[in-house]
Amino acid sequence: MTSSNSSEIRYLTPPSVEIKKKKYCRFKKNGIKYVDYKDPEFLKKFLTEQGKILPRRLTGTSLKYQRKVSQAVKRARMIALLPYVTDLLK
Amino acid sequence: MLNQYETVFIATPVLSEAQIKEAVGKFKDLINSGDCELIHEEHWGLKKLAYPIQKKSTGFYHLFEFKADPAFIGKLETEYRRDERIIRFITLKLDKNAVEYSAKRRIKLSAKAQKEE
Repeated sequence: MTSSNSSEIRYLTPPSVEIKKKKYCRFKKNGIKYVDYKDPEFLKKFLTEQGKILPRRLTGTSLKYQRKVSQAVKRARMIALLPYVTDLLK
Repeated sequence: MLNQYETVFIATPVLSEAQIKEAVGKFKDLINSGDCELIHEEHWGLKKLAYPIQKKSTGFYHLFEFKADPAFIGKLETEYRRDERIIRFITLKLDKNAVEYSAKRRIKLSAKAQKEE
């Protein structure tokens, strides 16, 4: 990987290797301690287009806060601030 | 042992303004009459529900934040269940992070309200 054999292959447009964006828990980073269920706009960031809760490997949330988010989403669903199933959330 | 609680309830959309005020007032009086103190109340007005409840697609949302004795909450909830104008309610006990957050939120809301004036 270190020795580049660029003399062998010449690209017109060199293939771009994307630098992986480091995923982090946004709650730990910003010091947020409480996830409010009354704020559907914030919670929508953690849902898919169908309104399902996203796994934490996609959002980068830590386990503790993923559980809080999940609980907040379920409460919001109970009082009809978020739907249980839908097709057009975002 | 006073704990801080918050309750959000949804009232049917068919009610007139006066009826809403009356329904809200009834619960406010209930809270004030017991050994509790009402900290904050918000009326979110008519909002579209994410899914139909009792065939209705909108409802009047209202929020109460108050300090109360744990025994009082059972009574409050039975009153919510008995009242036909209320179609959904949720009562939560706030832990210390939630209490901090709700205080910050109130400050933000009052600052916004003042700016709008």
